[in-house]
Amino acid sequence: MSTSQQFRVCPTTGLKVYSDAQSLIKANAVAAVIFLAIGGLFGLSVALTRWPDVHLLPMDWFYLALTAHGLDVLLCWIIFFEVAVLYFASAVLLNCRLASPRTAWVAFWLMIIGAVLTNITILQGDSTVMFTSYTPLKAAPNFYLGLIIFAVGALVACGVFFGTLVIAKDERTYEGSVPLVTFGALTAAIIAVFTLASGAIILVPTWLWSLGYISNIDPLMYKLVWWAMGHSSQQINVSAHVSIWYAVAAILLGAKPLSEKASRLAFLLYIFFLQLASAHHLLVEPGVGSEWKIFNTSYAMYLAVLGSMIHAMTVPGTIEAAQRRRGFNKGMFEWLRKAPWGNPAFSGVFMSLVMFGFLGGISGVVLGTEQINLIMHNTLYVPGHFHATVVTGTTLTFMAVTYLLIPLLFQREIMFPRLARWQPYVFAIGAAGISLFMMGAGTLGVPRRHWDITFADAIFPYQIPSAGFLMMALNGISAVFAATGGIMYIVNVVASVFFGKRTADAPAKASAPEPVMARPVVAEYGSAGTMYIPGTIFLVGVFFVSFVLYYFVNWKYLAEVWPLR
Amino acid sequence: MAITSPANRLWWKEPIHRVELIWIVIAFLWGLAMFFTMVYWHAIGEQNLANTTYKIAPAAFSAKAERMAEQYKVRDELGIPVVRPPPGGDVYLLGRIWMWWPILELEKGQSYRIHLSAMEYSHGFSLQPVNINIQVQPGYEHVFTMTPTDTGQFSILCNEYCGFGHHTMASPLYVVESGAARSPQE
Repeated sequence: MSTSQQFRVCPTTGLKVYSDAQSLIKANAVAAVIFLAIGGLFGLSVALTRWPDVHLLPMDWFYLALTAHGLDVLLCWIIFFEVAVLYFASAVLLNCRLASPRTAWVAFWLMIIGAVLTNITILQGDSTVMFTSYTPLKAAPNFYLGLIIFAVGALVACGVFFGTLVIAKDERTYEGSVPLVTFGALTAAIIAVFTLASGAIILVPTWLWSLGYISNIDPLMYKLVWWAMGHSSQQINVSAHVSIWYAVAAILLGAKPLSEKASRLAFLLYIFFLQLASAHHLLVEPGVGSEWKIFNTSYAMYLAVLGSMIHAMTVPGTIEAAQRRRGFNKGMFEWLRKAPWGNPAFSGVFMSLVMFGFLGGISGVVLGTEQINLIMHNTLYVPGHFHATVVTGTTLTFMAVTYLLIPLLFQREIMFPRLARWQPYVFAIGAAGISLFMMGAGTLGVPRRHWDITFADAIFPYQIPSAGFLMMALNGISAVFAATGGIMYIVNVVASVFFGKRTADAPAKASAPEPVMARPVVAEYGSAGTMYIPGTIFLVGVFFVSFVLYYFVNWKYLAEVWPLR
Repeated sequence: MAITSPANRLWWKEPIHRVELIWIVIAFLWGLAMFFTMVYWHAIGEQNLANTTYKIAPAAFSAKAERMAEQYKVRDELGIPVVRPPPGGDVYLLGRIWMWWPILELEKGQSYRIHLSAMEYSHGFSLQPVNINIQVQPGYEHVFTMTPTDTGQFSILCNEYCGFGHHTMASPLYVVESGAARSPQE
């Protein structure tokens, strides 16, 4: 096809951008942002309902909004954006045309149809089964059908990505190995195939059950297989956003990986071990043994955690090394103090890195410890943990990289640079608050997915400790902050994309310092000389000490509860 | 750079720098430590949830719970039986929309074999303010031993979404001193 051969060369970066790839990245990114807006509003209404003094929504709307919130942000926003990232990391970074753009459009429309169908079905009111839709709770057939169509679309998109890698290799559009960022995206895509296939394996029979063709879906089997999609899909996010961390460090600061081998090994560990995490949801379940729980919940002796801990050093390490090369060499932290904090792409990525590690990572390992799960399972600690990973980790990173993609792909300037400058901070404060206060409420026993913790309608009401109510109020306030940050992002993105000044002629000035992109076809890198990273070593040390302390503190809490055998 | 192909085509032959290598080794050892802590806790810890599970039809489990309630009922509260099973014995607790049935009265320091199951939907056994949380599934009878160590009135909440009455699902659980008199009326 002739159109697939059309390309332009981006004046900012020197990257070759094919028009088909560009349109598809744009379409998927725009769809992602729309679902973020919808899902974010549902999320805000949920948080305001759980703030006892506000208690916004009536009961049935609360559970409905919670179901839709999970679907729209956890699945739609994230997977649409990830498809954009996959196309970017293959077609754009490899200087290659996209494999079969027509198939990619089919994938896009399948995902749209699926997402819209499930949303409509939820809004009709008889599918309020939460995003997890645990059987025997039964939703209307179209709830499952929409998810299946969406998953098929996403699988096809992964196929387009793999095809593009093959074309790039055949047509020798790059030399040697694929870039680290593409390698990370490949990791995400491989995990995505496992994830989406698991989703299809469980949702197809559940759909047939909902239609009446199958009499019974075992609740435990459902949960086991469903979480092979539900949890593993969060591992797609991890791989994707870690790739973006490397990409943003490279684009803004010219950062080079400390060691290709170590960083790629870390991604490889993700491919081998991250999918075992379905077990995290079955730790206090009947019917599965402790050996199974321990092996799977720890990703086979924490080998996927090892991958993340490697990135925890190499990502800030590459940033520090690059900054020191640029001359910020004084003391331990000049490189960090004089980092481009006014650039939303950098500030978003760095805050995401810190919060993903400290809030999301540590809490995830503790929550996923077989016995400690007893004092946390299904309390608000669980949403607290995953808002730290998915909101402060993935969402904040995706927002940050958008500020680079708009000039690069949409060829528009950011319309309100000052708004963009503050947006990551407002959003990060809100998201960190949501995570921390929900975790706090969870340790006080506040249940998740609960309309009324005053138990006003209960026959035997229970008095939640007053600190729990305080946590829920603070959570509501944090949600207002996060929503404000979200609106700042969406308004700016929409305005820039449709009305921003074109950048086709002038190099982009995305409120950024000049991107260090004097780009040889193949970058140089070496480990010697760049390994003076005392600041990173200090930060990693603080992280490790916090990790160990928090881990054992929770064993102590566990030891205080009633003995169980 | 991370967005370009590695300059050294034989990047896998480059040695990993000592600083990075040390961190990888520390992280790996920490992973092993956390793994074996879970195993070790099974040997020395007191909070290890048993995995003994039987498949059972919800109606059959419900019948067992009713039999126990008839045998050991000490009083009614709002029409729901309060049951004081003998220490060391079998205790059946059924999660159903939207209550835990029956209400239990246990003795401090005594061990009970708790049988947990659910009627229609999954429920979440959430004992407060102790904060012990166990998932309950219809069709599965989960058996484990629990030993209350404090007296007083506790609450069992539901922390798994189970339909529009989910937020009203809470039942008391009483723990009395060992050997305390049964109080038929309260």
